[in-house]
Amino acid sequence: MLDAHAGSGGAALDAEPRVVLSARGLRRDFAGFVAVKNVDLDVRHARIHALIGPNGAGKTTVFNLLTKFLAPSAGRIEFMGRDITNAAPAKVARLGLVRSFQISATFPHLSVLDNVRVALQRPGGLGYQFWRSLSTLDLLTPRAEQLLETVGLHDERHKLAADLSYGRKRVLEIATTLALDPKVLLLDEPMAGMGHEDVGIVAEIIRGVARDRAVLMVEHNLKVVADLCDWITVLQRGEIIAAGDYATVSSDEQVKIAYMGTAYDD
Amino acid sequence: MADLTTSEIQGQARARTEWLLVGVALAALLAAPFFFYPIFLMKMLCFALFACAFNLLLGFTGLLSFGHAAFFGGAAYFTAHAVKEWGWTPEAGVLLGVAGAALLGLVMGFFAIRRQGIYFAMITLALSQMFFFFCLQAPFTKGEDGIQGVPRGHLFGFIDLSMPLNMYYFVLGGFLIGVFAIWRIVNSPFGMILKSIRENESRATSLGYSVARYKLAAFVMSAALAGLAGAMKTLVFQFATLTDVTWQMSGEVILMTLLGGIGTMLGPIVGAGLVVALQNYLATSEFPVTVITGAIFMICVLLFRRGIVGEVYARLGRTDSSDAR
Repeated sequence: MLDAHAGSGGAALDAEPRVVLSARGLRRDFAGFVAVKNVDLDVRHARIHALIGPNGAGKTTVFNLLTKFLAPSAGRIEFMGRDITNAAPAKVARLGLVRSFQISATFPHLSVLDNVRVALQRPGGLGYQFWRSLSTLDLLTPRAEQLLETVGLHDERHKLAADLSYGRKRVLEIATTLALDPKVLLLDEPMAGMGHEDVGIVAEIIRGVARDRAVLMVEHNLKVVADLCDWITVLQRGEIIAAGDYATVSSDEQVKIAYMGTAYDD
Repeated sequence: MADLTTSEIQGQARARTEWLLVGVALAALLAAPFFFYPIFLMKMLCFALFACAFNLLLGFTGLLSFGHAAFFGGAAYFTAHAVKEWGWTPEAGVLLGVAGAALLGLVMGFFAIRRQGIYFAMITLALSQMFFFFCLQAPFTKGEDGIQGVPRGHLFGFIDLSMPLNMYYFVLGGFLIGVFAIWRIVNSPFGMILKSIRENESRATSLGYSVARYKLAAFVMSAALAGLAGAMKTLVFQFATLTDVTWQMSGEVILMTLLGGIGTMLGPIVGAGLVVALQNYLATSEFPVTVITGAIFMICVLLFRRGIVGEVYARLGRTDSSDAR
């Protein structure tokens, strides 16, 4: 193996912040097809970790495995020192491992404000209260508005989420995710399909978010990755072919081949 | 800021108009039996509540059940049996019907919520067909004859429900309680989560909500309220028969809800009223009722997919009645 995951040990890296999410030997088969195998990952507190690779490399599968939307065929996942390999997806989210989706995941026919309040509602058991008035949720409004303020959506809070532009929807999605105060944020292609003016805004938001939590993101835009991410894991055909900072990864021969689209030998 | 305050003022004005309309509707319902045939009105109220209960699931949770007749007709049997054979008071009989329907909903929901979309609908249909055959075979339902001659009895032991007006106000009370319960559920913190599940299920999961539990809770609530409608219907007509547990009945409630407008509070009531009225007035005409309701349904789907009330709301610039504050 390459020294792809030197991050998991080694005296030189003792100064690195603690690992909050780790995966070992992750594997997933789909009816005989191995989508992901031997994936080892360490996501660290206050770091932005990118997962890159060509189309079909298994990035989204890894995401689904980490967030339990898919069950791994083999391997082990630990979150904050706790084994979550067999936990339910909602449970994982409650522990503080929260994901976004490749396709913008908002609640289209709820207002922007309500989108965020839905996320704020769960702690305190407000979700199950069917006998109380909706105004019970008003106590969540200041926090929701504050979150919208941080991402610059405050003025649009009374619009339906469906009426936002694509880029703004992604921003709303991040605000909703932040409402859960997650320890690890998993962003599946947060910039996909965005105009470059929105890319800058979202990059700033992610940078801010990562000050006190870990971020793992799938991203195609290599410029964004270069600017934003502290650590990069490169997947190809379900396996890790390189890992390290941008300089290390971008000079890796295998990565170059993968990204130049050179024909495979086999 | 300025446009926000205007929108808030508009919202308040709208709320005031809404309460006014609710008041007018209430007065009309109270006065109605003096102008129309009470049995007909009671039938309308029962079906309206049934459709509202169904809409709680389809319109506000996004689950299409094709087996709601089991709760409607099941409760009718339970109530009829308790009142006729055990001599229970009507209110106790109705409560038993509601509890029975809720239990049935718990069992059916437990299996059905494991699947989504058309598979969910098919499981509910299969389970309700199983319940239909149970009703056909079980001795207490009296098979093809059904339970006949169910006494209406005395409400709380002293209000004689064999008087049409007393019965009407009893049914109206049940209807209002049921509709209020649905309104409360929809406009509650819980209802908010149901709507978020309807909007985007996997997103709701990723926010930490155990979606299956919410769906099951909504399913049981919807079943219980459909049961309330069925239990009252049994007292109105004084019988419980297989008609109420057939799959056609499940289809009829879907028709009513779609016709009126799914996801609106008023839609199912309007849809049920229209269908029941058509059935009543066309029963004596030469046209087959099913052809006409079928034609209306097709026109509705082709011309205004949002249903009657949904279309009116859309014209008034409202997207979802439940979002009104």
